[in-house]
Formats: sequence, C-alpha cells, structure tokens
Amino acid sequence: MGWMGDTVDSIKSIQIRQLLAQGVSLGMIVTSALIIWKALMCFTGSESPVVVVLSGSMEPGFKRGDILFLHMSNDPIRTGEIVVFNVDGREIPIVHRVIKVHERQETGDVEVLTKGDNNYGDDRLLYAQGQLWLQRHHIMGRAVGFLPYVGWVTIIMTEKPIIKYILIGALGLLVITSKD
Amino acid sequence: MHSFGFRANAVLTFGITILALICAMASISDNFNSPRPSSEIQILNINWFQKQPHGNDEIEDFQVWDVVPICLFSPIDATAAMVSLTMNITADLQSLFTWNTKQVFVFVAAEYETPKNALNQVSLWDAIIPAKEHAKFWVQTANKYRFVDQGSNLRGKDFNLTLHWHVMPKTGKMFANKLVIPGYRLPEEYR
Repeated sequence: MGWMGDTVDSIKSIQIRQLLAQGVSLGMIVTSALIIWKALMCFTGSESPVVVVLSGSMEPGFKRGDILFLHMSNDPIRTGEIVVFNVDGREIPIVHRVIKVHERQETGDVEVLTKGDNNYGDDRLLYAQGQLWLQRHHIMGRAVGFLPYVGWVTIIMTEKPIIKYILIGALGLLVITSKD
Repeated sequence: MHSFGFRANAVLTFGITILALICAMASISDNFNSPRPSSEIQILNINWFQKQPHGNDEIEDFQVWDVVPICLFSPIDATAAMVSLTMNITADLQSLFTWNTKQVFVFVAAEYETPKNALNQVSLWDAIIPAKEHAKFWVQTANKYRFVDQGSNLRGKDFNLTLHWHVMPKTGKMFANKLVIPGYRLPEEYR
C-alpha cells in the first residue's frame, strides 16, 4: 500500500519541465528504435528483416514462434533456399523452401515453385487462383539465420491484444512515475 | 536504487544480454567446422518417359500417382512431358554436424539447360537428417517430386544431379552448399 501512496504522490507532484524532459527522452528511445529498424531494412535489402514463423509447415526445422533473419541480395534464386514470399491477396508472408527453378535465357527472369518441408504437396494450392509459379517480385527475402522461441512474444501480442495494452499501460505508468 | 523493480530489471537485462551473446558465440563456432561431405548418385533405371496428356515432359513414378488423375492433382501448363527414375543415393554427411546443428536438410536436384531457359533446377528427392548417426546413408528411391519440364525438351537431354545440403543450426546462421555430379543423360525417345 505504501507503493500505491508513493505513486499517487508522485503523480500529484509532476512538474511541467520534468514531464517534457521525460517526453523528449521517451521520444528519443522510440526514434532510435525506428532508426535501427530502418537501418536493418537497408542493410539486409529486405522489407522486413525479421519475421516470426507462424505455422508448422517447416517443422522440424522451424517451429512456430521462431524468428528468422532475412537477407535479400541480387543473387539469383536457387533451389534449396528458404524464401519468404507474399502471395497476391494474402497479407501474411509465407516461409517455405524453393524446390524448382526455371530461369529464362535472355532476361534472367525466374519462375519458382516452393514447398514447406513438412507439407506433403507443393505450394500451388497456396498461390493465387491460376498462378503456377512465383516470380522474383513476390519474394521478400531469403532466410539466413534463426533464433528459436523469441518470436512467441510477438505471437502472444498479436493473438491476445489485451496483453499488448497491459504492457503499454504498465510502461506508460513506469515512465510517468519514475524520478529520472 | 535497491527496489524490487530495479533489481528485476537488472537481472532480466543481464540475462538477455548473456543469452544473446551465447547464441552469437554458438553461431560463430560453426565457422570453425570444415566439412568434407561425400556422395554418389546412381540412376538405376528410367521407369517412365512420357509426354503428359497436356504436353509437358515429365519424369515420375506412376505407382504413386495412378490413383489420382493427373490433371486434377496439380495443373501443369499446356506443354509438358514426364519422366520417372529410380536412384541409388549414397552419402556421408557426418562432418557437417556440429554441436550447434539441429538438422541437415538434404535434397537431390536435376539441373539442365534448355533453349528457353538458361537454368532449370528440379528437386527430385529430399530428406531430413536429424542427427549425426543418420548422416551416413544409402537410399534407393524413385523420385519424390515430379520431374517436369516447361516444354518438351527432355529427350536425349544431358543433366547434372546435384546433392544439396542445408545445415539448420540450433541458433544462428544457416549454411548451405552442394556437390555437383555431372554426366547423366535421358533417353532419346519417349517410352
């Protein structure tokens, strides 16, 4: 109860200058996080340099909740690479392995077929209606590294948004009531 | 300075930093491993070499597919032919495993060139090796995936069989490499 009393006291004794200073430092933290994210996007050449695995279609290699680091270079796409791609009409990107590549002579355009390691059939069922192959512009990046379990934080926050609100509320309260 | 909140925060931050450091070191230790894998692939038999009803060249094992009509199973574009082959695959991939390896994904792909396409790579068979004990193997199998070409260019075609492996670590950077075995040829005529 003493803690609650202290909190109430500190909310009452907030000064404007102190509040502004805290606001600025919070803003600095948020913007430096954004700068790091954008720098990562530039560095890896991919729109989302880190993705979370959402389904079990690549088990036992990648389980739900793992995070993947992506990199996109202009190297041609070859079989065996694990790529992250977007299908027109689906908002969630899919992480599967390339099993077939056909590269045109003159233009170097590729047509690619993917399959999840744990799936029985290839991904033609997942592609858009009538689409048989993926092209380069569908592919957002290649998976180059991975960390297990860390992605569960994101999955929990997406599937149970109440936890997100509780966390942000608690952080906000901490910022307001901390003395420095 | 000594409240529960501060202490919990310090412990958590320290814990996460050390964990991240350990993951990075585990991944870097993989670089010290110099693998020497070896493999041999023999084609025992070309079971089938046919032009598909739609036209694409395809090599496949009909024992798997003959319950499902081909056109319904997966739509192939209008010109294709089919091939089915049985392969003997021997490989010793034990040197790829380190303490940080979770599994090795191995697959065999056929590579060839056609007038329309500079490179075609078609995966024929794959497997997951979960542990070092299973990394030295011999397998005799028909191709798991349909060997289809975009067109009817496979008669008398020379192709390479490449054995690819993809090392998936417990944490960190993934490595992939391949062994190219050239010198295979498809028959001149459909049969």
